[in-house]
Amino acid sequence: MVDSIMKSAVVVFPGSNCDHDCYHILKHVFGVETEFIWHKEERDLSAFNFVVLPGGFSYGDYLRAGAIARFSPIMKAVTRYAGDGGRVLGICNGFQILVEAGLLPGALLHNDTQKFICRHVYVKVENAATAFTRTCSPGAVLKIPIAHHQGGYYADRETLSRLEANRQVVFTYCDESGRGGEAANPNGSMNNIAGIVNEAGNVLGMMPHPERVADPLWPDVDGQRVFQSLIESCASPAL
Amino acid sequence: MKLSPDVTVNVQIAREHGLTGEEYRRILDLLGRIPNLTELGIFSVMWSEHCSYKSSRPFLSALPTEGPRVIQGPGENAGVVDIGDGLAVVFKIESHNHPSFVEPHQGAATGVGGILRDIFTMGARPIALLDSLRFGDPADPRMRFLLNGVVEGISNYGNCTGVPTVGGEIYFDDCYNGNILVNVFCLGLIKADKVFLGRASGTGNPVIYFGSKTGRDGIHGASLLASAEFDESSEEKRPTVQVGDPFTEKLLIEASLDLMKHPWVVGIQDMGAAGLTSSSFEMASRAGTGIDLDLDQVPRREKGMTPYEIMLSESQERMLVVVEAGHEEEALEIFRKWDLDAAVVGRVTEQPRVRLIEGGDVVADLPVHVVVEGPLSLKRKIRRPNYLDEVDHLNLNDLPEPDRGDAALKRLLSSLNIASKEWVYDQYDHMVRLNTLVLPGSDAAVLRVPGTSKAVAISVDCNSRYCYLDPFNGARIAVAESSRNLACSGAFPIGLTNCLNFGNPEKPEIMWQFEQGVQGIAEACKFLEIPVVSGNVSLYNETRGIGIFPTPTVAVVGLLEDSRKHMTQWFKRTGDFVGLIGLTIEELGGSEYLKVMFEQVCGGVPTLELRAERQAQEFCRELIGKGFIASAHDCSEGGLAVALAECCISGPGQPVGAAIELESTIRRDAFLFGETQSRILISFSGERREEILAAAERSGVDFAVIGRVGGEDLSVTFNGAEFIRTRVEVLRNFWKGALGEYARQVT
Repeated sequence: MVDSIMKSAVVVFPGSNCDHDCYHILKHVFGVETEFIWHKEERDLSAFNFVVLPGGFSYGDYLRAGAIARFSPIMKAVTRYAGDGGRVLGICNGFQILVEAGLLPGALLHNDTQKFICRHVYVKVENAATAFTRTCSPGAVLKIPIAHHQGGYYADRETLSRLEANRQVVFTYCDESGRGGEAANPNGSMNNIAGIVNEAGNVLGMMPHPERVADPLWPDVDGQRVFQSLIESCASPAL
Repeated sequence: MKLSPDVTVNVQIAREHGLTGEEYRRILDLLGRIPNLTELGIFSVMWSEHCSYKSSRPFLSALPTEGPRVIQGPGENAGVVDIGDGLAVVFKIESHNHPSFVEPHQGAATGVGGILRDIFTMGARPIALLDSLRFGDPADPRMRFLLNGVVEGISNYGNCTGVPTVGGEIYFDDCYNGNILVNVFCLGLIKADKVFLGRASGTGNPVIYFGSKTGRDGIHGASLLASAEFDESSEEKRPTVQVGDPFTEKLLIEASLDLMKHPWVVGIQDMGAAGLTSSSFEMASRAGTGIDLDLDQVPRREKGMTPYEIMLSESQERMLVVVEAGHEEEALEIFRKWDLDAAVVGRVTEQPRVRLIEGGDVVADLPVHVVVEGPLSLKRKIRRPNYLDEVDHLNLNDLPEPDRGDAALKRLLSSLNIASKEWVYDQYDHMVRLNTLVLPGSDAAVLRVPGTSKAVAISVDCNSRYCYLDPFNGARIAVAESSRNLACSGAFPIGLTNCLNFGNPEKPEIMWQFEQGVQGIAEACKFLEIPVVSGNVSLYNETRGIGIFPTPTVAVVGLLEDSRKHMTQWFKRTGDFVGLIGLTIEELGGSEYLKVMFEQVCGGVPTLELRAERQAQEFCRELIGKGFIASAHDCSEGGLAVALAECCISGPGQPVGAAIELESTIRRDAFLFGETQSRILISFSGERREEILAAAERSGVDFAVIGRVGGEDLSVTFNGAEFIRTRVEVLRNFWKGALGEYARQVT
């Protein structure tokens, strides 16, 4: 449990469906005061310690995942909040929206299997010095499920080199022992990328769902590391 | 069918609408006049087999529908069963067979949409979907197309609505070559005192339409597509299949649940089969009222739609709600928030008639009871089919008894009916909403009940090969197996819903199968004290005179008082003992072994003694409740050998072996591959061995310790001779990849 003044917002788009799950984990597992924000609201978010864009199918993923949601009124406020250094966590559809909104580089393509995939995978923490991973040991392997149809991370060569050089690649798909490569890549993501952070380090997008492995009722709780890191970094920003 | 709205109706036009001459005469008698075309259209859908249950209703009264936990039995959109803590579960299973054969993706998707609406219409939050799917001969390339299309349709629709698909079953059999089955189950959670019903009460109250606009799609889906056999022209019926919009469905779920928080909601109903017609007539009928519908107010996709088209459209994702007068604006405000079309389209009237008004004129005016209660219950003829005399013999002496069982075990594990269904459930979001305690791949799905310490377990089952050989006992087995699956997860059964898929009811042999199937479900449910709270009948699953095997699919819902005490099927620890609950009888009739190894479907169905069944289930639940055991798995298709292999290879981690020693006087292939019912495999640590043996003694159940968990092989010795020894890694490879490899083949 954390200091009761910690506040988070979970943005609800039409078609969001992991909004309740994120709310449940933040509020009931971590004791963060959490509020749903309807996408039509154009309110100032500065009172929140962090903002979560949850998974789901905003606008049915019609057109392209996240392509319509980025025009929602709340996204102006999210962009402003991120520009002011506010911490934003985009999970799955939230990641897709952040990319469409230009808050993160690259694009998320259809899985190379051309199928929706829902299963537990392993991801390696490539950068443990971010606000979203600071409670992880460098190179740690986390077991977190994915559930998406458009999760193949794509960026042009130049962007990819920049991401790698700036250590913006935070999570990559791997096997149980931390080995990357084709066999451990579930969706055709370039360089096995599962999650990236922006250059300033305050906006993270990831395809795996940490909120699905954060409730102690289940045996797997690796997702707690992401929320724990975020909460600690909000409480004491300096690492 | 292109007819001018002004055409004078006659018996020929009635026949083209699927009504019989006798039914048309009855309409004339009851109305005292000739109906106009719109009215005839209304009769044709409401009196169709699909909506009226005219063939099946007389038989369904055999089913036990009452129990201390039952809040709502059959007759509403879904059944409701009390689970304590002020909560109840709402559930139903429904078919979408014909549409899925004609257009697999949309047919299956709209099947999911329809059953979801049945659940949230009652005020419940849908928390779980399961599917029972049947395809024909895998060698037919069309089956691969249908499998891919159906799974993709379910995946697309279910995932987008944020309701997890947590389990189900898939079978392949030649009998489904011309008629695949797509049965979809949904369960929702509700406050026990907040159940909404589809009633249009209160004269003067507004009737509000919300959801998608009405288009020209799906007209005659219920009457012509669902209520007739398939033939050469089935392809032409593709336009009667609706197209699903899961995003709008998601908005409908949230808007409806928002709406139903308010005390001024009077009654609500979704527009499923027969669309605006069935929803308005049924809501009025249940309340003993009437409705004036102003068709000009109905949101439409295109101009120029006639009253006939508006009333018969089966456009998806539409709802009808009655609210107290004066609260229209508050209701509309909720729909605006969710960007849904909505309009006040009518008023509740005292006169029990539904009147349709267009441009100020009454264009149809029908007494509610004539339309809803008018169809005659048909007294269908019944005759025991002759084929039964040809298939009921199986002489085991005609079957060579194999020296070893490895080859048969491998073939069974890679049979598409037994192989892992991972390729399918990987495409379904089975975790969203964080309730799924047992992921797909165990005997039953288990979901926690949020806000309580409880969990619900769900299993959907039917072995139609058994039902073909003996519909009465096949149906009993379906109920027994489904509830046994719950027992293996630690739950006790609290209610059942069924989807009765049969052939053409106009054939006496089909109605005999139907009657026997219903009687079988009834007997097993009475004995095991499981009330039937909802269901669906799907007839005419027949193409060019060839019907499917009788397939009375049942879904049983169970309850665990303590969610932490749920159990899974796979072995957990090396060194544990393996025990078998239940007696094995020398039989192979109707088994997957007989089909796969000898290409025969014959013999008596496996023995099921209901008293032994109940004992086995109670004993298993007792052991789980006391924390004595580490796994429990039902023996079903493929018998003991397949069940043992699954215990070794179906867990999430590395497979683990087992060494089994059996002693018996019966044939070894019958012991290992026969499908005698009421058998459960358990594993437990040595410390519990004496307690478990003592408990078995007390309960009177047949029980034997048959081996130990460990090693890299599954080995079985039978009367001292080795019968099976194969590395579990090898077994897993046969089992795990078969279905995906089949589905991905390019032809």
